[in-house]
Amino acid sequence: MNEQPTFRLDETDRGIIAATQNGLPLVARPYDEVARGLGLTGAEVRRRLAGMLDAGVIRRNGAVPNHYALGLSANGMSVWDVTDDVVDELGPKVGALDFVSHCYRRPRHLPIWPYNLFAMVHGRSRDEVTEKVEAIAELLGPAVRAHDVLYSTRLLKKTGLRIAA
Amino acid sequence: MSGDSTIDIDDTDRAIINGLQGGFGFGERPYRDAADGLGLSEDELIARIARLVDAKVLSRFGPMYNAERLGGAVTLSAMAVPDERYDEVAETVNAHHQVAHNYARAHDLNMWFVVASEEPDEIARTLNEIETETGLQVYDFPKQREFFIGLKVDA
Repeated sequence: MNEQPTFRLDETDRGIIAATQNGLPLVARPYDEVARGLGLTGAEVRRRLAGMLDAGVIRRNGAVPNHYALGLSANGMSVWDVTDDVVDELGPKVGALDFVSHCYRRPRHLPIWPYNLFAMVHGRSRDEVTEKVEAIAELLGPAVRAHDVLYSTRLLKKTGLRIAA
Repeated sequence: MSGDSTIDIDDTDRAIINGLQGGFGFGERPYRDAADGLGLSEDELIARIARLVDAKVLSRFGPMYNAERLGGAVTLSAMAVPDERYDEVAETVNAHHQVAHNYARAHDLNMWFVVASEEPDEIARTLNEIETETGLQVYDFPKQREFFIGLKVDA
């Protein structure tokens, strides 16, 4: 995904993004309504949005759930100190687990932060998250020197991407 | 914001939440197209989505953009915030429009936030501003490799 070239946005694309980043109008012809505000045709808006989806500029289109409201309040950020020589080999295996939503390698900040692999685990309870973290520990095996789980205790802010028109 | 949704979700709502986390179309009448697949009328689907968004069961309904593909940048950052300053610091951090998500987490590093910008330079600038405004160190955790991203939630 990182190897793909940057998608060249023109002013029209930017206008469409700015008009839709907080959600689509909840009317029968939402793209026509977006188009009206931008002085475009609905067909042009739909063509450009479909192009952005194909190019990966749009990850997906549809419902963006609020995990908290759905009872998935035990969102645990599992973090792992995995030896550097195997982390890139093991990372995709962790990412492939169906209960892991995001998985990244990130830098350590010693001494406060020895962890270089981050895997976000969602569950309905801490027990459920703990079980899933144990499964990750098993998968990683002896390559792990230490790990921790940081439970979220409050959602302080959540917005979509902000792009200026 | 804490997720105390007070509405009841029935099986139809669940089918909407589970079935439409992607794949919503770009046709002229996309709600009608999606409603057909769910055995609903267009009007009912629109009304239910509106209700779910209104109750914050859905954060929003529409395209999820990928900042990095737009030439921008995203990073994850954390701070160790003293308890007595927590709300004040959260307010300061959240006031930056570049801060997309911010979570309180149980750890010495107890505030974790995602900073996104179209201008990669703006990330560093924002983190510097937050350090100056709060007097606290910001630890930056830019991703080095992405192994997976593709959240699907079962309602």
